[in-house]
Amino acid sequence: MKKIFMGALVACVPLMTPIYAAEDGGTINVVVQPEPPSLMIGMYSNATTQQVGGNIFEGLMRYDQDLNPHPMLASSWDSSEDGKTWTFHLKEGVTWHDGQPFTSADVVFSIDKLLRETNARLRTSLAHVESIEATDDYTVVFKLKEPFGPFIRLFEVGTTPMLPKHIYEGTDYKTNPANHHPIGTGPFKFSEWKKGSYIHLEKNENYHVQGLPHLDDVYWYVIPDAASRAVAFETGKIDVLPGGSVENFDVPRLTELDNTCVTTDGWEFFSPHAWLWLNNRQGPTSDVRFRQAVMYAMDREFAKDVLWNGYGKVANGPVGSKTKFFDENLPEYEYNPDKARALLDEMGYDGEPVRILPMPYGETWQRWTEVIKQNLEEVGINAKIESTDVAGWNQKVSDWDYDISFTYLYQYGDPALGVARNYISSNIAKGSPWNNAEGYINAEIDQWFDEAATAFPDEKRQELYSKIQNKLVEDVPVAWLMELEFPTIYNCKVQNLIDSGIGINDAFGTAWIKQ
Amino acid sequence: MSIQTLMYIGGRLIKGAIVLLVIAVFNFFLIRAAPGDPAKVMAGEAGATDELFLQQLREQFGLDQPLYYQLWVYISNLVQFDMGITYRQQMPVFDLIMDRMPATLLLTGAAFLMSLLIGVLAGVVAAQKHKQWADSFITVAALIFYATPLFWLAMMAALFFSVYLNWLPSFGMETVGANLTGFDRFVDIMTHLILPATTLGLFFTAVYARMTRTSMIETTRMDFVKTAIAKGMTPNRVTYRHVLRNALLPVVTLAGLQAGQLIGGAVLTETVFAWPGIGRLMFEALFQRDYNLLLGVFFISSAMVVLFNLITDVIYCVVDPRIELSK
Repeated sequence: MKKIFMGALVACVPLMTPIYAAEDGGTINVVVQPEPPSLMIGMYSNATTQQVGGNIFEGLMRYDQDLNPHPMLASSWDSSEDGKTWTFHLKEGVTWHDGQPFTSADVVFSIDKLLRETNARLRTSLAHVESIEATDDYTVVFKLKEPFGPFIRLFEVGTTPMLPKHIYEGTDYKTNPANHHPIGTGPFKFSEWKKGSYIHLEKNENYHVQGLPHLDDVYWYVIPDAASRAVAFETGKIDVLPGGSVENFDVPRLTELDNTCVTTDGWEFFSPHAWLWLNNRQGPTSDVRFRQAVMYAMDREFAKDVLWNGYGKVANGPVGSKTKFFDENLPEYEYNPDKARALLDEMGYDGEPVRILPMPYGETWQRWTEVIKQNLEEVGINAKIESTDVAGWNQKVSDWDYDISFTYLYQYGDPALGVARNYISSNIAKGSPWNNAEGYINAEIDQWFDEAATAFPDEKRQELYSKIQNKLVEDVPVAWLMELEFPTIYNCKVQNLIDSGIGINDAFGTAWIKQ
Repeated sequence: MSIQTLMYIGGRLIKGAIVLLVIAVFNFFLIRAAPGDPAKVMAGEAGATDELFLQQLREQFGLDQPLYYQLWVYISNLVQFDMGITYRQQMPVFDLIMDRMPATLLLTGAAFLMSLLIGVLAGVVAAQKHKQWADSFITVAALIFYATPLFWLAMMAALFFSVYLNWLPSFGMETVGANLTGFDRFVDIMTHLILPATTLGLFFTAVYARMTRTSMIETTRMDFVKTAIAKGMTPNRVTYRHVLRNALLPVVTLAGLQAGQLIGGAVLTETVFAWPGIGRLMFEALFQRDYNLLLGVFFISSAMVVLFNLITDVIYCVVDPRIELSK
């Protein structure tokens, strides 16, 4: 079989090249909110588990802000011409934090055994994989059932972290004591977790990338109140506020402080996409004209400027602009209350009340709900706010007991990984608030998504995804709001903080402090 | 202590145990009445999930069993002092609570002592200087602290003393990573304690001050006080020996109530100042529907209330020997 070298020249240059001007030493204090349930990144995909755990564990690849893969634990990879066989060559001389060598056996075990059992999102993608085999200590071969376009974007540390076989094999993964004392290959080792107070990571002296990490210690502080987090940053005790860790209305005040830097980079891989679930099964929201009216009724630019301080981008369709295969020539729903009223007249909307469920994640979402309610009332929709807590929200959305509900989801760089799941009819099932919870059924869309995932090469995928985006924008299964941007606020002494597409989640291996 | 007193205390302890058990059963059903369950919350936080994942979690937590069986398991473990495992941290509930206990007791204990001492003293001074400027000042200050919402006071204190003056730390219990020991560590913890303990204590300080003042003024008008003054006792001796001792009973009742809240009463303060205590643990467990952990904290808090009610009753007899303990 003739092989073509896919990891082109760019990809051969590791993203983590030490910067020679960088200074070594120092401690960084970061906020972590909410306190993660665990740092075992392979079993918990909570945002903060990823933020801390991404510095302890590593994936086979690392992705830059254009989502291109770079070598991490795999030093190179190539694929067969038909896109069905992928060969990974692992970096040699890598050791786990306990001194054991990292080999192909760990890769096969992590992906084929442990993560297949514990990671629902990866499990769906692994359905396309026929076999995973280690041909020698440093080579792993994946055989796919058919070409699977998003395959190259599966190896980020949060999705597919490498976990130590010698610790987990043959144990009950969920109760393994190592979950409390995680052992990875990353730039930082777990040191201490004082529950309710802080998590301490310390420098991995035997890190496999020469000259890294620069920092000696990273402390993650648990500060449960949003206003107190802002105060802690103001007093200088905290160096980094990861995106979303203070209320939006505090952001302008904090960014104006002396010696304070702000960036919206580092969310490209996730591209958090916010929308309103519209229950397609019942009530006014089951009528496409009503759903289109909702799109015209919303003043999304206003919400962006006022609630999000201008950060982010109004979303007009299901695919984020930073995600692959985004189509920029889609028809747009501008703010047009007259059009909304006309559509409501046409369908004969009789003022049946619709309930709006805010997301229970802080002030911004409450206020956003009030804005949307007002927008909808202006065009004559009888909207009522129905508030609940996180558990209640999960319950209501996953049991389809709602009319309109806020949400936002990650896109993971590829529509097959982070978009299809919300629109294909095979993904309609009670019990999860993250699947096709709106209940949209369209056989054409199902088929196109199916074909697009395995179409080869990329031009064919683009064609299909463009068709999908146009059709969804016409049908409005959900009302898209914004591509969210969460500004990371930090003390300007911290250098090179964000240098990958997952941002703060693997930031501290390369960051350094200017003395 | 007489046999009768010991019998009384023993009887109260047995009754208390029964009350605790009934409370535990009641709590068990109460928190399950809230929408959602721990598996859904964890799956929801994970951002991706399927039925298999939920099923795995419920099996792991024992939530796939019928409710009466879950209750049976919980109660039979509880009577053996086993509170189960937290769903989220996968740690024994008892260990987690004990881990947080010192921080909470330090905070609430400091606030308790502070409010009792300052409150009673302020009340006495106000009563002595009845209708003078010191009385007005104390009464007005007490009213303000009584009426101010705790979280607002906490935020303002943090802004003023931490951000503006930069005197005191705004969060946490000690300086992390400084590796302090001995006296240095003690000073460090005390510095961290000042703001949260003061904010938490102010409300009760105000309550004690008002209560002591009123009670003192009432007692002063009694005949035995006139007798004491007529006997030629010094005013201070009259105040502390005769008036205060008799005026203290309502304060003891109130102190008993406050002491019952030593475990779970500092949720707001712990949240604002990121104090690693039990109140926060409980608050988070509530939102995460971590049933075992929440029930565990409830259990310990209710045990504290039962215990302090008993202690209050015993203290009554010490303060006022005319009161006897009997069934």
